[in-house]
Amino acid sequence: MTTPVSEIPASMRRQARIVIVGHVDHGKSTLIGRLLNDTQSLPDGKVEAVREMSRRRGMPFEWSFVMDALQAERDQGITIDTTQIHFRTKQRPYVIIDAPGHTEFLKNMVTGASSADAALLVIDAGEGALEQSRRHAYLLHLLGVKQVAVIVNKMDMVEFSQDRFDDVSAEIRAYLNEIGVAPGVIVPISARHGDNVVTRSENLPWFKGPTLVEALDAFKPVASEDELPLRLPIQDVYKPDERRILAGRIETGRLRVGDTLHFSPINRTAKIVSIEAWNRETAITATAGQSIGITLDQRIFVERGHVASLVSQRPIESHRLTVRLFWLASNPLTAGKTYTLKLATAEHRVSVEKIIEVLNIDDLTAGSADKVSRNEIADVVLHSRSLVAVDLAIDLPRTGRGVLLDGNDVVGGFVVTQADAVDARNLQRVEHAVTPTERSRANGHHGAVLWLTGLSGAGKSTIAMGLERTLFERGRQVYVLDGDGVRQGLNGDLGFSPEDRAENIRRVAETARLFAEAGMIVVTALISPTREDRARAREIGGAFFREIHVAADLETCESRDPKGLYRRARVGEIPDFTGVSAPYEAPEAAELVIDTGALAIDEAVAELVAFAEATTALKHPRDATDGPGDGI
Amino acid sequence: MTDLDQLESQSVYILREAFNKIDRLALLWSIGKDSNVLLWLVRKAFFGKVPFPVVQLDTGMELPEVYEFRDVTARDWDLDLVIEQCPPESEMDPTLPPATRAAARKTEGLKALLKREQYQGIFVGIRRDEQATRAKERVFSPRALDGVWDFKDQPAEFWDHYKTRFAEGTHVRIHPLLHWTELDIWRYSKREGIPIVPLYFARDGKRYRSLGEKNITFPVDSSAANIDEIISELEITRTPERAGRSMDNETEDAFERLRSSGYM
Ligand SMILES: Nc1nc2c(ncn2[C@@H]2O[C@H](COP(=O)(O)OP(=O)(O)O)[C@@H](O)[C@H]2O)c(=O)[nH]1
Ligand SMILES: [Mg+2]
Repeated sequence: MTTPVSEIPASMRRQARIVIVGHVDHGKSTLIGRLLNDTQSLPDGKVEAVREMSRRRGMPFEWSFVMDALQAERDQGITIDTTQIHFRTKQRPYVIIDAPGHTEFLKNMVTGASSADAALLVIDAGEGALEQSRRHAYLLHLLGVKQVAVIVNKMDMVEFSQDRFDDVSAEIRAYLNEIGVAPGVIVPISARHGDNVVTRSENLPWFKGPTLVEALDAFKPVASEDELPLRLPIQDVYKPDERRILAGRIETGRLRVGDTLHFSPINRTAKIVSIEAWNRETAITATAGQSIGITLDQRIFVERGHVASLVSQRPIESHRLTVRLFWLASNPLTAGKTYTLKLATAEHRVSVEKIIEVLNIDDLTAGSADKVSRNEIADVVLHSRSLVAVDLAIDLPRTGRGVLLDGNDVVGGFVVTQADAVDARNLQRVEHAVTPTERSRANGHHGAVLWLTGLSGAGKSTIAMGLERTLFERGRQVYVLDGDGVRQGLNGDLGFSPEDRAENIRRVAETARLFAEAGMIVVTALISPTREDRARAREIGGAFFREIHVAADLETCESRDPKGLYRRARVGEIPDFTGVSAPYEAPEAAELVIDTGALAIDEAVAELVAFAEATTALKHPRDATDGPGDGI
Repeated sequence: MTDLDQLESQSVYILREAFNKIDRLALLWSIGKDSNVLLWLVRKAFFGKVPFPVVQLDTGMELPEVYEFRDVTARDWDLDLVIEQCPPESEMDPTLPPATRAAARKTEGLKALLKREQYQGIFVGIRRDEQATRAKERVFSPRALDGVWDFKDQPAEFWDHYKTRFAEGTHVRIHPLLHWTELDIWRYSKREGIPIVPLYFARDGKRYRSLGEKNITFPVDSSAANIDEIISELEITRTPERAGRSMDNETEDAFERLRSSGYM
């Protein structure tokens, strides 16, 4: 009955992935063995091999040995780990995923079930829905497996009784309804004897519904996710040549060359210039499921974990998530503990703010608890210090779910049920005992980061020091972070490679940010030649940040050459010298440009002092809630 | 997206995850159809480049066509090829059945390589549909210091969140083709025009369906002399893929023992 692939219409070529779940010993592995055999899908020799394995263990023919490949599994008669096998019906190809039913191996069940399009929930007709039947059903729901058919197995053990079937059906149907799963069909079978698996059974004359195979074929193919809002989590950034390619997989939606993308949580936008590919015609559109690479029209600082969307349909940005989670680790989850949260490609440190309630899987009641133990399901509030770009699972399951890691291991999975949105320009990162407002009021001014950029010799250090002196004399809290100075201490381990230069700037920006939060006016004097690095500094500095271009043309700078550096660069003694052998990318939208070619030093300082005073002044001296960095 | 696009896209995602998360990577290249597809997917993922060494575990027992193919491809694709000589059969576990013992040479070669080069991640082109213990594998499959696969306690792996963090000294096998079938491999090779060792095509009524060392692998009956014929053959065959591999069929647990001690 194996149907050649060539006879299957192209639209039906896509495999349907079906997971078989249920309580241990209810006959999942047996059912699969039987299904494969009765559809002539087993390779030659397999049945003889299984007969031999059964004989050696003194058992009658054991169908579960087809799937239970490990010695330990055959010897103990249980499935330890999930496995997958391919087979085809007339209608389409399938991947059948066997999942272990034993509580001990729930992480393996989750592993198997998470990739399924649909599920068969196997229930022993004699035993009815037991604990794991219920837990599995609930997990299917959390894992996002929406189509479920129920298989009532071992009908031979209950004399193929219609009454018994009706009782078991009613019980499981009520349960599934309550957890929000609509059972497709409920099918009575005997896996061991093959009744109603592939062929209709004389033993079940009262049953008018489908056989198991017909139930499989009735599952609908998974709906395309192209029409949902675009989510492209960035996986990596590659520079194979002069291109700078952002790589990632489109989780939902579609994009097209020319679209303007918004990147969360960094709140930047840029246009798609190209979709890159190797050994393939270049495309101008891409859709959900595709692993792609794109280039942008601007060198904005995007890295792994950032999420691209369309400007009009952005993810939520949040520090506080309410999640429904399932716990897989033997160490329980408790309030106050910290974990690594992974959501698509992003990672965040989170702490458990509180455990709202733990679910009782049997009767679906919930109760408060001070811990979540292995295999339990609970509602929990997680708090992240960094901003998380996230969707609600109900809207976009793929970007509304994630895992928690403890050390090296995945210890639980969750779906996001609620996320407190945050305005990116108004965050409260750390709760200090002294508020920013109090600091500003005490100092009489706000903190700020005044980022001076310009060529060597343009006058950055000179006017920075002039500014520091003047502001100090006026009673301001002010400090200059000079490029040469930090390189001797904080950044003494860094050289001048592009990576080290970028790291130099990142550290200075982070340090400046801390100073500014402490209430100070920080002035940095670094060449900082690339737009990308400065964009990053701006992200770090947030609302404290002001970019000041200390502009003087190369000729002027070179004629000043206070340290003799240009001369040495010209004769090749200093490689990659900005302006001579390395580019300087002038700011496009600096908050202030000071032309030191045209101004005298004290004029330039005066201009900068005026700017600094205006930026950091308290407009309402009594409440001090209006400044550049306030509330950050 | 076609089904082949979907397979490709998933593999590219896996390759990129590994490349981002794991520092010292290498790819095991058996020069067979699967690892050729794997190399091709690497080039897709990294825009034409193969950004890590490609290792052949050499027992000196491959067929001449295989060596020839290796040298031509390594040159054409600009591969950083590492040829690792495997220790002799006399050093293998004497309790293993003969063909399994011969295959174990590769396990030992791999262990020596890992020890010397300190690789943290090894790409291997195995598929679930090849063999029942491979069907139980994770995409990212952690290994103990001695290479042992603890198949009774594998990590949770769901929603494409893979195990990419490890204790010092351990490593991970990465299986980007785990979800492909033999038929997928051939359909994709055809679509992409991926070069293939000619031993896969029937001559005088026989062809290699699975390519291994000449002492423990045998050609099977077939008249499929080109890719299209192979695809048609696979659509109806019920002979298992590894029927020509002696070691799979020596005892019930031979392959499991081989794999749990570190075989691919
Ligand atoms: N009588 C009877 N026994 C069955 C049937 N299906 C499975 N079994 C037996 O139930 C036991 C557990 O089956 P198995 O497939 O390992 O269960 P699993 O844990 O759900 O995978 C085995 O001994 C099977 O032979 C059935 O339809 N009728
Ligand atoms: Mg089982």
